[in-house]
Amino acid sequence: MFTELCEQLSVWAIPAILLIVPVIGYFRRVNVYETFVDGATEGFYTAIRIMPFLVAMMVSINIFRASGALDVCIEYAKPMLTLLGVPPDVVPLAIMRPLSGTGSLGLATELLNTHGPDSMVGRIASTMLGSTDTTFYILTVYFGAVGISKPRYSVGVGLLGDMIGFLGSIYICQQLFK
Amino acid sequence: MINLIWLLLLVTGIVYAGVQGRIDVVTQSAISGAEGAVTLSLKLIGVMCLWLGIMKIAERAGILRLLARLLSPLICFLFPSVPKTHPAMGAIIMTLSANMLGMGNAVTPLGIKAMQALQQLNAKKDTASDAMCTLLALCTAGFTLIPATIIAIRSAAGSVNPTEIVGATLIVSFMATVSVIIADRICRTIYYVRIRR
Repeated sequence: MFTELCEQLSVWAIPAILLIVPVIGYFRRVNVYETFVDGATEGFYTAIRIMPFLVAMMVSINIFRASGALDVCIEYAKPMLTLLGVPPDVVPLAIMRPLSGTGSLGLATELLNTHGPDSMVGRIASTMLGSTDTTFYILTVYFGAVGISKPRYSVGVGLLGDMIGFLGSIYICQQLFK
Repeated sequence: MINLIWLLLLVTGIVYAGVQGRIDVVTQSAISGAEGAVTLSLKLIGVMCLWLGIMKIAERAGILRLLARLLSPLICFLFPSVPKTHPAMGAIIMTLSANMLGMGNAVTPLGIKAMQALQQLNAKKDTASDAMCTLLALCTAGFTLIPATIIAIRSAAGSVNPTEIVGATLIVSFMATVSVIIADRICRTIYYVRIRR
């Protein structure tokens, strides 16, 4: 029942907005077609404006990953995190999550396939992926689009949120699914 | 801090590849990273146009103003520096709702729109304002009611009950959201204390 409700809600959310907003707009005497094009023009320039920021971020993250430096970090972090009760299999996911959205989705899919989606590792991986977001992507794109180069303390706050997300996922999953 | 992180990722990557005798990997991954970024931006153009077009209609029809009025107590608490009637209010609400509904690609254009609205209120254009930091913190904590992508990959992997983790993601992302709101407030206070000295 709950499963179905969630599925239906996520399937209907976008079509519902695409239907409701233009219909309300039309009845409130908005020139819906022209207004849409107005907004879309803005979208085009914004997407182009964030491109250099994304290039900068993805180049350095890509080099870091491909060189094997990321794997070394994971190896060093493993014993320490195991002490805290973190299952070693989810450590790569925890480190990848803030850096790369596609990378962490790939890692999580791999974990689900090797350990099974209904295993403890599978559940923890799913919860981690679902309860945090790609901090560096959001930072790059959102601040890049408006030309912010001094993010003040927000990088630290974002990473703290990720850390709480990881440790929280492990703790909550171990409590909920015994 | 972002300068340091960027440089650190770059330097450790290149030096480590050099030490391991695999320096050729660096060139290759730099180029593929740059190309990947452009592909991603080009893909974003479509969704950006779509959602900012819909947003514009919502704005002119007064839907955003209505939403902003309904949710203003919460938003005013989170963003005390934004005037009640400013268009940024509506944009922030749209971003947070898209985030909660797990609308994936739709969140980015809405978030950018909200940042642009907040930039109008920003006195120092190259520095993130208080409200921008709060919005970024909320988005990175990613409070989601329906994690649609995860449910999809779980059922693709053959889970007996793909949505059983929804309860856990709700609790965890709520915890993360509350902690970033608190951390954001604390950091802001420290920041202003330091500046005054």
